[in-house]
Amino acid sequence: MLSRRLFLKSTALIGCSAAAHPLLSPIAFASMPGDNRLVVIILRGAMDGLDVFQPYGDPSLRTLRKTLSTGPEGGAHDLDGFFALHPALAPLMPLWQAGELAFAPAVSTPYRDKRSHFDGQDMLEAGTGTDVEAMRLRDGWLNRLLQAMPGVQSETAYSVGLDDMRILDGAAPAKSWAPQTRFRLSAQGQRLLAHVWHDDPLFRPAGEQAIEIINDDLVRVDTDDGPTRDAQALARFTADRLNGETRIASFSISGWDSHARQGPVIDRALQRLGAAILTLRADLGANWRRTTVLAMTEFGRTVRENGTGGTDHGTGGAMLVAGGNIRGGRALGGWPGLAEGDLYAGRDLMPLRDIRAHAAWVMRDLFDIPRDVLERSVFPGLDLGDNPRILA
Amino acid sequence: MPAYPELAAIRLGYGLSPWADPPADPVAWVESVASAAPDGDAFSMARDYLPHRARYADLNRQGAQQDPAALQAVKDIMRDIGLRAPRIRVARAVGDGGFGERLVQFWADHFTVTAGNLFDSISAAAFVDEAIRPHLSGRFADLMVAAETHPRMIAYLDQALSVGPSSPAGKRGRGVNENLAREMIELHSLGAGSGYSQRDVRQLALLLTGLTFRPNRDATAFFNKNWAEPGAFQVLGKTYHRGEGQGAILQAIHDLADHLATARHIARKLAVHFVSDDPPDSLVKRLAQVFRDSGGDLPSLYLALAEAPELQDCFRQKVRQPFDYIVAALRACGIRPGNIMALDQPVFQNQLLSGMAGMGMRWGSPRGPDGWPEDAAAWVTAQGLAGRIDWAMRRLPKLRPDLPDPRDVLQTALGDTAPDTLRQAVPRAESPAEGLALILASPDFNRR
Repeated sequence: MLSRRLFLKSTALIGCSAAAHPLLSPIAFASMPGDNRLVVIILRGAMDGLDVFQPYGDPSLRTLRKTLSTGPEGGAHDLDGFFALHPALAPLMPLWQAGELAFAPAVSTPYRDKRSHFDGQDMLEAGTGTDVEAMRLRDGWLNRLLQAMPGVQSETAYSVGLDDMRILDGAAPAKSWAPQTRFRLSAQGQRLLAHVWHDDPLFRPAGEQAIEIINDDLVRVDTDDGPTRDAQALARFTADRLNGETRIASFSISGWDSHARQGPVIDRALQRLGAAILTLRADLGANWRRTTVLAMTEFGRTVRENGTGGTDHGTGGAMLVAGGNIRGGRALGGWPGLAEGDLYAGRDLMPLRDIRAHAAWVMRDLFDIPRDVLERSVFPGLDLGDNPRILA
Repeated sequence: MPAYPELAAIRLGYGLSPWADPPADPVAWVESVASAAPDGDAFSMARDYLPHRARYADLNRQGAQQDPAALQAVKDIMRDIGLRAPRIRVARAVGDGGFGERLVQFWADHFTVTAGNLFDSISAAAFVDEAIRPHLSGRFADLMVAAETHPRMIAYLDQALSVGPSSPAGKRGRGVNENLAREMIELHSLGAGSGYSQRDVRQLALLLTGLTFRPNRDATAFFNKNWAEPGAFQVLGKTYHRGEGQGAILQAIHDLADHLATARHIARKLAVHFVSDDPPDSLVKRLAQVFRDSGGDLPSLYLALAEAPELQDCFRQKVRQPFDYIVAALRACGIRPGNIMALDQPVFQNQLLSGMAGMGMRWGSPRGPDGWPEDAAAWVTAQGLAGRIDWAMRRLPKLRPDLPDPRDVLQTALGDTAPDTLRQAVPRAESPAEGLALILASPDFNRR
């Protein structure tokens, strides 16, 4: 693997001479970026789209899932007579009703079959295809978007939070900031730790107590404002920047890897996602009308519930879109179905569209980026297809 | 079964790193110890301690209120010097194959002196650079003499004011302190329960009277004959006549170093530190034999250790102490000495020293002269493990914001020794940070 540090250095060098950059399009440096804003939230751990936007109208769902994703019967909120919104996202129902929330139920990156979180996230953030050369491209697509935008300054883009945000790495200037967040160990992280400690008579008991200490700490710290405190802090800072000169921001929310007892796992993660979006909406004030939020995850999960009340790594998944400037209240891009022959590799939801195409059209309409720049530079080799007209 | 360089890097060094191949064979490992000799950054009592200590004492004599700014200025200088010490230690440990730095750690812990206040911290750093590093590849007896007669040891074990009752000073009512004499026998040479008596300790303490140092005047031990108990002293069956100067004292230290029980004690301590909390008796016997046959030649001892089949037989029976753990983690993540030296001081302090304290190891502050505990159970506690996870997830990213891919780190850090459970678990972590934490919290990384 190409050394990341080395690569960043070399892109920075190339960046000194804008004309020499192979990805930089010859655009006249005109005005500042306009008034529109884009927030990309990376949902690390592979969100189960089938549980978030439950296709309860699909007759196969009930045979694939016994305890999960049971639609309005299980307390989910009906969206359009076919999909229902997971109960933990109930606070977002007013956005749905106001046309400020939409989702694409069956999308994915080109990543296939290996189902590794890290590679899946790398590809999602790099915005590349599967060809090897493109995978060597270690800068992120938001950064390449910046390279194609006129009037970009360092304040224009922000990565927020402690996570490494490759999506904004690259030659164009971008800032980063981390609030005082407590570290969290996801349910999956705790399970994996228990697994690697399991056979060690010393680490196993000490580890169990260590996890209790870590979780106790969280409870104590979070008593005042609940488990969504960190997500709110990220969103609050993001909104503050976007109310200033920043136009593009990205942060991540982890905790989606729900291999067992998915109920409480996804509940917590969705609460954080919901809180982040509501905080953005509240704190952005009038600027919410100019903002689009894309929440994307590295891949979907198996359509079948597994034996431990969870789901495993899959392929097609959902993207959530929110914003004061979108044509929401609808599902984007059709539904592949869950019947036996409709599945990918007999186990996963079939993606109907490349998630990058949705993102590209949003950027086209928000920032007036020419289609060929998006297809050549931001997402090299991508065919954008028809405009899904996500923005109002 | 891992290849020798990999095994040795984990057991004798500070683990594997992506940018340096470990030495190939036992001989090369022993040769690598030379790189832990004092370098241009070495601390010195004469340069880093005495002038500032003297100035501080002068200002206090004049009355501290007279010139608080000048007093503060001295304190600031001392603080800066003191903060450099752990940073250089970490950077040097991160830097090379690591056997030499591991041995610095081992011998500094064998001859424990604690840090503490500003002055103590600086003299403790000078102790390592003046007493330990120069004798790392020499004879044990020379190492022991250097350690016992260093001002920091003299101060720490209360030798500085020990006065013989029949000496000129003693006649004015001052007395002897047995602390250094006791630890010299019990901890530093023969070992507890090896057949010496309280009378031996007392006689050695009387012999040691007069060995002191003057905090504001001498960079090395000073022999004050007005404090020295006159006469002859019988320690472990041998008689020492006072004579002129420190000669009899140095001879007594040499004899302790060459004692049969010392060979066994040092052999066992080395085996416990490098091989197992409960090392095979055959290994201890073999090391002790080498110690005796070579007259306490340390490289011979290191070679016997580096060649020991027990390195393989008892693999992963030791738990890395927090300092070792942090250095091994930094190395596994590809961090270089220059990165450590370039960190902002608050970052080094908050992320590294505080992180280490969170695992139960406060820099330079073991509980007593017996140093840090060796047994695994002392370190694998709930709080200590929580501290390691916390460090891996929250503090390490502040030391290196562009974290490497956990799968690469797994391969780097554990190589062929990574168990399947970990190989399967790491790619299943949902974020790189958690993948890294998983490696750094695993028994296989924490053990060596």
